[in-house]
Amino acid sequence: MNLRLDKQTIWLVGGVLVLLVVSSLIGWILSLRATSEKGKATVQNLNARIRAWWMMVAIFGLAMATGGIGSIVLFALTSFLALREFITLTPTRAGDHRTLFWIFFIILPLQYYLITIKWYALFSILIPVYAFLFIPIRSAISGDCENFLERTAKIQWGLMVCVYCISHVPALLTLEIPGYIGQNGKLMFYFVLVAQISDVMQYVWGKLFGRHKIAPNVSPNKTWEGFIGGIASATLIGAGLWWATPFTPLQSAGMSLVITLMGFCGGLVMSAIKRDRRVKDYGNMIEGHGGVMDRIDSLCFAAPVFFHFTRFFFT
Amino acid sequence: MKSFFAALAKLLTGANARWIGCQPDVRQRVYFANHTSNLDALVIWASLPPTIRELARPVAARDYWTKSKLRLYLANKIFNAVLIERKKPTPHDNPLTDMLNALGKSHSLVIFPEGGRQTVAEMAPFKGGLFHLAKDRPDVEFVPVLIENLNRILPKGEFLPVPLLGSISFGAPIKLENGEDKMTFLNRAQAAVKALQKS
Repeated sequence: MNLRLDKQTIWLVGGVLVLLVVSSLIGWILSLRATSEKGKATVQNLNARIRAWWMMVAIFGLAMATGGIGSIVLFALTSFLALREFITLTPTRAGDHRTLFWIFFIILPLQYYLITIKWYALFSILIPVYAFLFIPIRSAISGDCENFLERTAKIQWGLMVCVYCISHVPALLTLEIPGYIGQNGKLMFYFVLVAQISDVMQYVWGKLFGRHKIAPNVSPNKTWEGFIGGIASATLIGAGLWWATPFTPLQSAGMSLVITLMGFCGGLVMSAIKRDRRVKDYGNMIEGHGGVMDRIDSLCFAAPVFFHFTRFFFT
Repeated sequence: MKSFFAALAKLLTGANARWIGCQPDVRQRVYFANHTSNLDALVIWASLPPTIRELARPVAARDYWTKSKLRLYLANKIFNAVLIERKKPTPHDNPLTDMLNALGKSHSLVIFPEGGRQTVAEMAPFKGGLFHLAKDRPDVEFVPVLIENLNRILPKGEFLPVPLLGSISFGAPIKLENGEDKMTFLNRAQAAVKALQKS
């Protein structure tokens, strides 16, 4: 699973660094030009986001540099933090305590361990089948029946989104793609890059041209202009990165479209949960972005689909 | 060692301190909070900035904290706790005297006026000690503190914590009014803690 530091990887990393430098410059210029209170607040938030991006890119880069294992550990930690935010917002009861201990400290590490040993058959059913059966059993043994089905469903759902779905990102490293052996690090980089660029592009297009809201009850910041502009530009960028992937330019455009659409839907669904729980963000760990869950909501929904599309069509 | 424990507590509980009604300050204060978990005192203590943490002393039950050597070490060397007799107070072993002595000229206290950990959502009525403290030390600020979620991290009767995110909210200080009686003050104090739930 080692990551080869080949020319294409250097281009990818270099491209991201150039992007960060350019955005930091733009952020700096905007901060000099902003005059109104509202404008200042927006620019401040933008710059906080850019600073956080530097940090996230550095962490992701370090994890990639260690080869496969670093990335798996990084995404395991990400899952852990996201699940923590998710369960905090979920009204579980004392009767769920032992169940929660299991999902945090046994099931989550086990899921990522299965990736390190590339046991696909168990990895793909551990949570949908075994955890699904285990959670209600453990909670029933505790003997608290109040809202039983609701509690069980919420814990299972949190585990699916925060652990199962996210674990499909490092699972990309386990795919054996003919003609692309030992290069899967780039595929993972490509996936994360397209999903996150899509978020950024939707944000930028939305801030610049956003007029017509898509789902004002769910997410006041999502507009048709942001959606179309963001998806289109991120898909184009993704298509332009075909040289780093096992795809042709056209295939790469298709894959990017899938990633960006699923990413958008992930953001929408996770927002609906936030509105239901009456919070703005899942947490406050990443300055300007909110919680970990706020940053990875698009990855959650895009990762399993991208993983299976690649697995089905290219292995 | 102290800062290590504070960092550990913050990491474990994700404790997010929200200063809503006042700012961190070295002036003498009594922080009074709802009590739902064994982690409460530790986490409030940890969420205070280091200089204030040095001066803050959690008030805790002597019967619990003297049970083992480790607990005694933590209480004395790490938290600088004030251990009080909660079961059989006598004139010679009076929690109020201990607390007043512990306050002294520079220290602050962290107390849980419900007297014990609660397992139900509703807060228990506050015990009188808070009133007597307020009466004897009108110069000290009484800061309401609301602890949320720590009972989910480590519920009563469990020994393995689950890593959820707790939160500690500090409200605006209250004072004993002229001629205010015990029940009125205690109810007002409890309402001040509850009020933090919505903010």
